[in-house]
Amino acid sequence: MATTHTHTHADVHHHDDHEHEHHEGNFWTNYIFSQDHKVIAKQFLITGIFWALFGGTLSVIFRLQLGFPEMNLEWMRPLLGGWITPEGKIDPEFYLALVTMHGTIMVFFVLTAGLSGTFSNFLIPLQIGARDMASGFMNMLSYWFFFLSSVIMLSSFFIETGPAGGGWTVYPPLSALPQAIQGSGLGMTLWLVSMALFIVSTLLGGINYITTVINMRTRGMSFTRMPLTIWAFFFTAIIGLLSFPVLFAAALLLIFDRSFGTSFFLSDIYIGGEALSNVGGSPILFQHLFWFLGHPEVYIVLLPALGITSEIIATNSRKPIFGYKAMIGSMLFIAILSFIVWAHHMFVTGMNPFLGSIFMLLTLIIAVPSAVKIFNYVTTLWKGNIRFTSGMLFSIGLVSFFLTGGITGIFLGNSAIDIQLHDTYFVVAHFHLVMGSASFFGMLAGIYHWYPKMFGRMMNEKLGYIHFWFTFVGVYMVFFPMHYIGIAGFPRRYYSFTNFDFASGFTDLNSLVSIAAILTLAAQFIFLFNFFYSMFRGRPAPANPWNSTTLEWTTPRNPGHGNWPGEIPAVYRWPYDYSKPGAKEDFIPQTVPFSETPESNLPHENELIKLESSNGDAIVVEGNKH
Amino acid sequence: MSSDIKDLRIVEEAKKPLAMNPKKFALWLFMISVVMLFGAWTSAYLVKRADAGWAEIILPQIFQLNTIIVALSSISMIWAVRSARRDNIDQLKIALGVSFVLGIIFLVGQYMAYGQMVALNQYFSGSNVSHSFLWLFPWAHGLHVVSGLVFVLIVWGNTFKFNVHSKSMNQLEMCATYWHFLGGLWLYLFIFLILNP
Ligand code: HEM
Ligand SMILES: [Cu+2]
Repeated sequence: MATTHTHTHADVHHHDDHEHEHHEGNFWTNYIFSQDHKVIAKQFLITGIFWALFGGTLSVIFRLQLGFPEMNLEWMRPLLGGWITPEGKIDPEFYLALVTMHGTIMVFFVLTAGLSGTFSNFLIPLQIGARDMASGFMNMLSYWFFFLSSVIMLSSFFIETGPAGGGWTVYPPLSALPQAIQGSGLGMTLWLVSMALFIVSTLLGGINYITTVINMRTRGMSFTRMPLTIWAFFFTAIIGLLSFPVLFAAALLLIFDRSFGTSFFLSDIYIGGEALSNVGGSPILFQHLFWFLGHPEVYIVLLPALGITSEIIATNSRKPIFGYKAMIGSMLFIAILSFIVWAHHMFVTGMNPFLGSIFMLLTLIIAVPSAVKIFNYVTTLWKGNIRFTSGMLFSIGLVSFFLTGGITGIFLGNSAIDIQLHDTYFVVAHFHLVMGSASFFGMLAGIYHWYPKMFGRMMNEKLGYIHFWFTFVGVYMVFFPMHYIGIAGFPRRYYSFTNFDFASGFTDLNSLVSIAAILTLAAQFIFLFNFFYSMFRGRPAPANPWNSTTLEWTTPRNPGHGNWPGEIPAVYRWPYDYSKPGAKEDFIPQTVPFSETPESNLPHENELIKLESSNGDAIVVEGNKH
Repeated sequence: MSSDIKDLRIVEEAKKPLAMNPKKFALWLFMISVVMLFGAWTSAYLVKRADAGWAEIILPQIFQLNTIIVALSSISMIWAVRSARRDNIDQLKIALGVSFVLGIIFLVGQYMAYGQMVALNQYFSGSNVSHSFLWLFPWAHGLHVVSGLVFVLIVWGNTFKFNVHSKSMNQLEMCATYWHFLGGLWLYLFIFLILNP
């Protein structure tokens, strides 16, 4: 064989890396008001973990009430004070605040900000080959708006009337009338202010993600060479950009109704026999606005997790992802559909049944791209050379939850069945599996997988396994029984099961669920220990611990601001060249040109080299001496 | 290119992907989110309008005048960009100043529109939802105009530092884009209200 020299054109890539700044900075600029996307990602991650623990603890508190209604909770008085009634029970209105806050925190603060904020920030520049986000400053603002929003939401726990109590969907009129329940007072105002800031944060982040993905890719990183993680973050950011302003619109109108005497959502309300002056508004209008965000939001939560999973499953099956383009196509299709199905949350609001059928049809169509994704995950695993790393286990767990929870979505999507199941524990089971647990597992998978890049050390795999199995079994034990409780007709958000005869048959099941919930939460402390311990004592990570193909593993072990000390590597191939027939190793990094791998090139790839050679000065095949 | 013919030498190029100025791109994304915000409100308006009990709104006369001012301010902004392209910095300063002043006049006009609404018994709260919407649109649009004015002011300041000229147009172009967008947004709201009273 003839010798093959390969070199890239030195003159093409100078302007893209704007002068690489190496200023030292102090503690404040390096760790607190940092504009480095990696530091901001960690800030989102740590804040997200805090909120996950907080939100998880709230759920255990209300599970105590549901599972053990007779239990004396006097011992929680030091923590909850007046929220424990003199009889040692949870105050019913505080119960409402607990479920509301649990939902809000988990959906927005953990699985939106914690998930997208961490991984979009961390991975977008690293995987597309950019020095940083398009605007480091906006990125920093995004985190601090989130922080402020967090502080305000948290502060609502320390006011006398407590946090918002109208459910995470804050439907008026309940949420609009401070006199309705305690949780519609100051707590609700703080909720709205906090969420307004949250939306600003999400938009700042999202604009940055989209801009960066489109404009800052390194040489050779065409759209069809982007890892599926990047595609997922990209779609997520677009969905957010289009839907969060609508929530903002709704929230603002709600603020006007609450504090400025308008009647956008209020009409014909009697309190204590007296009619309120508000006429002409429509609470259903709020539901339309809310769910126009709300349904896309569930995909904002899920898509990043799906992207992370695609990457981890391909890497650890040592196989190319099955159906790369189908994965992109199905994400695009899901993203589009997610905007035209919102009314499936409103089948029982008295909408025209014909309109209901249209939304039902559109809703059920989502099952198609979802099934494509699941099929592709399974076929990627099929006959793979599977390595069960912790990240891989959590990714497989995600696929399981996505399937189990997705199937119940098809039940609920049928309006006739939904009339029975709406607002029961069946819905709770559905979305906790498909959204809550699946996305949560995606997030954990991502942490285990990219921890070496984030902190330069490995997490402990044994602890990872234990964490996985407890959590995986725990999640099913918590949410599977809820299907039965829901089919039996038990409504969600009710304080007590035991007041109704039909539900008293489920007390044992409810206790089981609560015990499982406590164990599952407890298992997260294994993770926490692992996370913080490994940061200091973990085994130092090799440069490319998972033998992965993507660009982030070409950076130094602890990349500085700017990510690559030298020039940014160029990309020559897609990110899924695992176990390529003929190749020397079972992975070929994206930075390796085809001309260096003649032994494994496919005909069309060789074609690519030749093809490029025809366009003049770029590639020159100068001779062939055989 | 070396022409060493002794061995096979392949130079494989990694193409620079298509890209535009990130800041301009981000501005477009921001404008999309603003479109969604007003899109949500105007949709809500339409949905509400289809309900029983809708009181038709009467638009304040001064809206027409304000709309003309918006158009004028867009023209002066075009003039500003042209002047900068021709490196006529003095004219640029004047044109930006004119745009700014027209923006302020517009806001004052909108403020007077609220007076006319009150005179017509159309209040923000305590009257029909249609009137609340009528108050909402100019208010929310006005807030965005304030942000546009701040932007104009920043660019105007930069003209004095000789930072805006034919070789350095980005900031001015972004400012102009946003300015025209705000004008267009007003035009949309105005026509929307005329068509759906
Ligand atoms: C096959 C696909 C799916 C279908 C057909 C479907 C259908 C539905 C329907 C009809 C409801 C309304 C139930 C009711 O309130 O009566 C619902 C609720 C919900 N779904 Fe899905 N779903 C699907 C997938 C998903 C996915 C992938 C997620 C999240 C990632 C998700 C998250 C949720 C959430 C959060 C709720 C409840 C919101 C609430 O009321 O608090 N669903 N789903
Ligand atoms: Cu939905």
